[in-house]
Amino acid sequence: MSKFPKFMLATALVGLTATPLMAEKLGLGRPALPDEIAAWDIDIATDGSNLPAGSGDVLVGEELFADYCAVCHGDFAEGVDNWPKLAGGADTLDHEDPLKTVGSYWPYLSTTFDYVRRSMPFGNAQTLSDDEVYAIVAYILYSNDLVDDDFVLSNETFAGVELPNAGGFIVDDRAETEYPNFTERCMSDCKDSVEITMRAAVLDVTPEETKARTIQAMVEATNPRNADSGETEAAAEPEAPAEEAAPEAPAEEAAAPMELDADLVKAGEKVFKKCKACHKIGDGAKHGTGPILNDVFNRTAGTAEGFGFSKVLIAAGEGGMVWDAENLAGYLANPRKFLKGNKMSFAGLKKDKDQAAIIEFLKSVSQ
Amino acid sequence: MSDEFEGVKPSRRSFLTGAAAAGAAIGTAGAASAEGERLITEVQDWASGLGDGVDATPYGMPIEFEGDVVRRNVEWLTADTISSINFTPIHALDGTITPQGCAFERHHSGAIELKKSDYRLMINGLVDTPLVFTYEDLERFPRSQQTFFLECAANTGMEWAGAQLNGAQFTHGMIHNMEYTGVSLRTLLEEAGLPTDLTGKWVYVEGADASSNGRSIPIEKALDDCMVAFKANGEALRKEHGYPVRLVVPGWEGNMWVKWLRRIEIMDAPVESREETSKYTDTLEDGTSRKWTWVMDAKSIVTSPSPQAPIKHGKGPLVITGLAWSGNGAITGVDVTLDGGKTWQEARLAEPGKKMALTRFYLDIDWDGQEMFLQSRAIDETGYVQPTKDQLREVRGLNSIYHNNCIQTWWVKADGEAENVEIS
Repeated sequence: MSKFPKFMLATALVGLTATPLMAEKLGLGRPALPDEIAAWDIDIATDGSNLPAGSGDVLVGEELFADYCAVCHGDFAEGVDNWPKLAGGADTLDHEDPLKTVGSYWPYLSTTFDYVRRSMPFGNAQTLSDDEVYAIVAYILYSNDLVDDDFVLSNETFAGVELPNAGGFIVDDRAETEYPNFTERCMSDCKDSVEITMRAAVLDVTPEETKARTIQAMVEATNPRNADSGETEAAAEPEAPAEEAAPEAPAEEAAAPMELDADLVKAGEKVFKKCKACHKIGDGAKHGTGPILNDVFNRTAGTAEGFGFSKVLIAAGEGGMVWDAENLAGYLANPRKFLKGNKMSFAGLKKDKDQAAIIEFLKSVSQ
Repeated sequence: MSDEFEGVKPSRRSFLTGAAAAGAAIGTAGAASAEGERLITEVQDWASGLGDGVDATPYGMPIEFEGDVVRRNVEWLTADTISSINFTPIHALDGTITPQGCAFERHHSGAIELKKSDYRLMINGLVDTPLVFTYEDLERFPRSQQTFFLECAANTGMEWAGAQLNGAQFTHGMIHNMEYTGVSLRTLLEEAGLPTDLTGKWVYVEGADASSNGRSIPIEKALDDCMVAFKANGEALRKEHGYPVRLVVPGWEGNMWVKWLRRIEIMDAPVESREETSKYTDTLEDGTSRKWTWVMDAKSIVTSPSPQAPIKHGKGPLVITGLAWSGNGAITGVDVTLDGGKTWQEARLAEPGKKMALTRFYLDIDWDGQEMFLQSRAIDETGYVQPTKDQLREVRGLNSIYHNNCIQTWWVKADGEAENVEIS
């Protein structure tokens, strides 16, 4: 119990004895049903003893990873932009700026399985089957050089995998290593001289991205009430590609406004929550993992300026494909099947009414 | 009096600039010219015409002149704004209660919309009877109410390697302090029936959003002072803070205060979830990492003057103010130095410190107009004295990321502007 500061443990134990454990019950709530518990209680013990039955291998995992994960985490789990790197970094933990990945840092494989199953893919959590989760986790192990390419991860092989940094953690020891040393309260003659050793304004330790900016620009640009913030931002950020898609809009505005079903637009806006992890909409929207979708309706495929589309989407646009209702419906139902080789990692909208709602919503932002 | 203010019949916009100019003039001149200040000698629009009626704003926002007192995001910190964090404008606030509308947000899968009628809380695991509660059920338990700070473990984390961000909002703004109303976690667990032997038991808590952000909490803490809260500062929690129900874990890192709380499980071991292994663990110089570093140690910050709140009035009376807090109990004192730590003087606490809540301090001085190296130092009821950055680095190195509770230095220059610096 050394993990608790002494005084806290004392308080807790006093509490335990002072209040009877068998307090009077109020009879509120209702019993949780077995199926309900099974649906929510999915956490995995570190020894993997309560894993679901299933399996997946590295090769299947590689395909799934490319479809569902690579858009943020990179084809080889090396990470894209600021998104987490999942592989690499072995033996860097005692270096300056250690690279913390599943292979170099995470102590338990159960954590990886649980997190992928519970929270990934980002924006479409809990859409993967257990076998798919096994396969993706197997691929993450492979990308960290921890298993061979013929490895099959299952509830049975799971316990055989130990992550390299399993022994790399100690329980909080501040009570022993810090608290006794942090008690001196000097009031006068505490030091002879004071020199500046580092200034924030010099910004010589800030991450790469900030070097191009001054703090003032950042403060201006992040003020949500500053009407010009979008433009300031774009100017200050070299890697942000031009976002001049909007000016094209007036040319097309000659067309008569589309009639909209307001309720359907509203429903579509809700369904759009599944998309907004990657796609931005509205004034000042910027390309994210996916292109901005302002004016996407009836736009030629692969043409949102400044976004790096897959080859197949560009080719489709050059072949004349336009994002009309029919094409959008087909794409949204099953993105991978509709256009093989495109980069959108999204499982698809199975319900016709969800597709219709989102198309109506996309129309509404294309007026 | 400056010419530009002469004869201004202010529109709202010109009033803004005019007021700033007038303020500066008063500050330096100290008195109006012989004929007096027009703001006083002339009847102003607002003293003659009418203001808004009571129906103009059924739920009020701050007046437009306070439009810069808002949460801000540091864009380069995270890959996008959905799994991200913003910062409380502590440089512009006073008192101790943080208004919900500008209290910082941290989401892992975005702030979800969860209706009270769709809300369910499950308690399962090693209990006599696994239970499901509705929101209405929670309202029928005896309530408790208390004020606590919530600090993200990463607050000040960008400053480990050196002075980096120029503003108290950015260096120390991952904190807020609210008065919570709810039900003690202990009461709910007892309703489900606790195991007779509590030794080595844990409580796993998770949220209803896509990240679910599960955390393991030792049973001693869960039964001590944790709260299942549904009101903050007298009104419903905001969406971004977990509406309709969040967990309150007093004094412990904000990540454990699970929002949209949906499940509580009594277990005989910690889960070792993502948020308690790959994140929120503190890597030391030799590459080993501390885990279960839950407590937020004593810390303080001068909120004004500071880089975003420079001194504009020149020398003379100056209010130095800031915040102090400790996850190990109440703040018992705050010291302030003007000379970078050569000499310290005790600041005045606005109210006696409360356990695990923000304490406001003031030091009223007659500023001589010379540069200052301004620092504050918190002392809590355990006798812990807030350490310097060097003291922390000596134990932890530079890669710790979390739990940076070091003394902060503002270099206040003769012109009143301030900058984030490190000093010897």
